[in-house]
Amino acid sequence: MDFKLKIWRQKNTTAKGRFETYNISGISPDASFLEMLDILNDQLIEEGGDPVAFDSDCREGICGMCSLYINGRPHGPDHGITVCQMHMRNFKDGEMITIEPWRAKPFPIIKDLMVDRGAFDKIIQAGGYISVNTGGVPDANAIPIRKENADLAMDAAACIGCGACVAACKNASAMLFVSASVSHFTLLPQGRVEAKERVKAMVAKMDELGFGNCSNTGACEAECPKEIKLTNIARLNREFYKAHVS
Amino acid sequence: MSRFLGSSITRKITMALLGLFLILFLPVHLGINFLLLKSDPEPFNKAAHFMATFWLVKGFEVLLLASFLLHIFYGILLQIQNWLARGKQYKITNYSQTSFFSKFMIWTGLIIFIFLIIHFMNFYFIKIGWVQGDPENFYGVAHQLFNIPAYIILYVFSFLILGFHLAHAFWSAFQTLGWNTAGLSPVFKVLGILYAILIPLGFTLIPLIIYFS
Repeated sequence: MDFKLKIWRQKNTTAKGRFETYNISGISPDASFLEMLDILNDQLIEEGGDPVAFDSDCREGICGMCSLYINGRPHGPDHGITVCQMHMRNFKDGEMITIEPWRAKPFPIIKDLMVDRGAFDKIIQAGGYISVNTGGVPDANAIPIRKENADLAMDAAACIGCGACVAACKNASAMLFVSASVSHFTLLPQGRVEAKERVKAMVAKMDELGFGNCSNTGACEAECPKEIKLTNIARLNREFYKAHVS
Repeated sequence: MSRFLGSSITRKITMALLGLFLILFLPVHLGINFLLLKSDPEPFNKAAHFMATFWLVKGFEVLLLASFLLHIFYGILLQIQNWLARGKQYKITNYSQTSFFSKFMIWTGLIIFIFLIIHFMNFYFIKIGWVQGDPENFYGVAHQLFNIPAYIILYVFSFLILGFHLAHAFWSAFQTLGWNTAGLSPVFKVLGILYAILIPLGFTLIPLIIYFS
């Protein structure tokens, strides 16, 4: 397959970026999107050019590193998967593919398509954890947990923190990410102990970092590779005012 | 406390509560408007007089005006923050499957606000003495306006836009208040769509019936 790639190139955080167009040919329909970019980079290196910088790590959809905004959609046209899991057969032969980095004030561009998602780490550091006292490993079934809550907590914990929710949201809001973390802990008895402090601290940090407000538009849910549900945001709102009022 | 009052979620909850208060007010207004369909002006004028003079309603009126102003103020404030949060725009706009009307809330809100100013100039400002007119004969004013085709077009257009605003607003308010669970969310969605169709339809039928009868 042949493609025309329009890629955002930016030297560093402060440099003014621009789109560059590249032609690539002989790509297998079974190649992943990142493999296609690897081939492009090989080509660029051989020609003495500067390879395109983009994030990737596990390449099996679980690390949350890849972060490309392709033809107007975070992680590209396929649903419920990260860009590393998406194959070139999702595109038409000869198609023009526009690749942009995540665009959000709290995610500054490091280079080309790489953005600094340290803002998410700061939110997690503010409260996305359980203070565990060291000691022997507790028995797995010592604390009974309702099956329904265990399932919902597990679904929320599937968030890989890739930032597609922020990238997709017209307001660059991080509510889906924060709500996934809050829900994951708050639904479990171990997490309830610090529930109030957690939700207060994480929401305050999210606001401080300059993410936008949630308009309940649902673009985050539509684009989340782990299909985190909007009901988590409702739970976050609930937990937030419960923490402040009670 | 400042972490509560200054929070984005608190601002959203305030928006939702004010919006729901306005949503509760609309059927009351519509109920009174239906009296315009009677050939006798007395019941409508009496209702308008009661609304203008009864102390409890007057208190409610202050609350309603404050709700309108705060809802508009917070709407603009949140929108500016949202625009700033994106920074540089994408070359290709996101076309994910989303709640369609949610993307235009600031603009549908602006059109409703403009209609509200016109509406106030025709009625509320007469009542408080800012504009000349007879505050005891709003029936006559309404019937006069509902015989001007351009006004009817503006009126129907404004309520169509209000319907668009409500189509997202109703469900969204309950989402912000944290009531949406997997079971309740679709219920609020259906109720919101029904409300967004029925209330504007009720309002727009009145001038159309008056004009064509």
